Amino acid sequence: MHVLVLLIQILVLFAVVMLHVAYATYFERKIIGHMQVRMGPMRVGWHGLLQPIADGIKSFFKEDVVPEQADRPIFLAAPVICLVAMLTSLAVLPFAPGWVLADINIGLIFILAMSSLSSYGVILAGWASNSKYTFLGGLRSMAQVISYEIAMGLSLVGVMMLSGTLNLSEIVQAQGTSFTGMYVFPQIIAFFVFCVAMLAETNRVPFDLPEAETELVSGYATEYSGMRYAMFFMAEYIGMMVMSAIGTICFLGGWNGPFTVPGVPFFWFVLKIYVFLFVFIWIRATLPRYRYDQLMELGWKLLIPLALANIALTGIVKAVIG
Amino acid sequence: MLMLLFFCYCAVVITGTGLLAVTLKNPVHSVLMVLILFFHVAMLYLSLGAEFLAAVQIIVYAGAILVLYLFVLFLVSLRDEVKMPRFVSSAWLGRLIAGGMVACLLYILPVFTTGAKGDWPAQRVQAITPTRALATEMYSASVLPFEIAGLILLVAVIGGLLLARREKDVHGDVK
Repeated sequence: MHVLVLLIQILVLFAVVMLHVAYATYFERKIIGHMQVRMGPMRVGWHGLLQPIADGIKSFFKEDVVPEQADRPIFLAAPVICLVAMLTSLAVLPFAPGWVLADINIGLIFILAMSSLSSYGVILAGWASNSKYTFLGGLRSMAQVISYEIAMGLSLVGVMMLSGTLNLSEIVQAQGTSFTGMYVFPQIIAFFVFCVAMLAETNRVPFDLPEAETELVSGYATEYSGMRYAMFFMAEYIGMMVMSAIGTICFLGGWNGPFTVPGVPFFWFVLKIYVFLFVFIWIRATLPRYRYDQLMELGWKLLIPLALANIALTGIVKAVIG
Repeated sequence: MLMLLFFCYCAVVITGTGLLAVTLKNPVHSVLMVLILFFHVAMLYLSLGAEFLAAVQIIVYAGAILVLYLFVLFLVSLRDEVKMPRFVSSAWLGRLIAGGMVACLLYILPVFTTGAKGDWPAQRVQAITPTRALATEMYSASVLPFEIAGLILLVAVIGGLLLARREKDVHGDVK
């Protein structure tokens, strides 16, 4: 019986997240459209509201082309690895008090582990396609993810030190319900490092070098078509949501808000995630892409030392205040 | 019973993927086999209640070290297979030696006995979560070995930097 309830919960979460992913693409196209003084999608449904459904149906029925020289099993498995790793990390996110599939003690490092696993999908896709563009995209993604994962992990150590736990629900509770209790104030340096590393980890502008259209056609996803191409997109958007959720949980007080909305305990959590998503899209509409050496220099020479300094500072302050 | 089945499953997969990792022709496939192996090792840790160790196993070994292996494989072109002179002339003699070593290992296996009970029985570790137990032990009782290990790693990092650094002449040009 317990297993059945859990299965239903998983299905509901999966359906809701997939719907959000579909409409996140619409959200992105509309916002970028308006920022560039165009309308964005308008034709399918009222103000293009059915566009994501049409896109989904189209990519579902498209032919799944596998290049002749590709490493077939790995080529087919790569997008699945990407998507599954991202979906797995959804299991530990607390959306509201008690609204979490797996309330495990190591939630925060579980998410880091899953995000490092999803980079395998990208790397293997780049290698298995047997094409220069995809291979370069895969290599870039590999170097970028390894470098920025360190900065991201280190920036979250400050939060772990303040809350004294790795359980995501307990991290939210440790911040209390007051506005000033949010860790974004004592951990402002960590929040800055986290935000930059978050953009790099999800391969978003200005760090979207693995799929730089102007140089690499579409990077690691060049040889993919149909549903498998869509899977990479889903993984990218779920990754954005998971990273936003981590930012919300660790720095912005999770599901707590200025007042409780009756009947919708997850209201503030979802709102904060959408603020993060809006910033992601805002940055995409505004900033040009980084050069590769600049990207590495920023990661290793600025973000990692900053995150380390933040850990030392947090430790000293915590030891002095007690 | 369920735990025993789970252990047997992990043991079979770990042995199988370990063998495949050394026998497969394509080095990238071998690395993927090692990835599956690491995941099953992490599952074994989880079944023992060492959740922190399991997560670190995946982050460090699967997420960092194995990705670096892949990186090296991609950057070094491996078109021709590396051929080495045979260590033992006959293949059957080699198999005989390997079989003998397995027999020796199996023979000394019963010598292993469980050590004395420490300060941390499973209930106490679970009560304060394995992460906290590990941290308490590592940063209080075993702080000196921990610092020494850190120092050795620092030496390795400096050595790596020295090897990778290219010397510059007076004009700042790389030689």
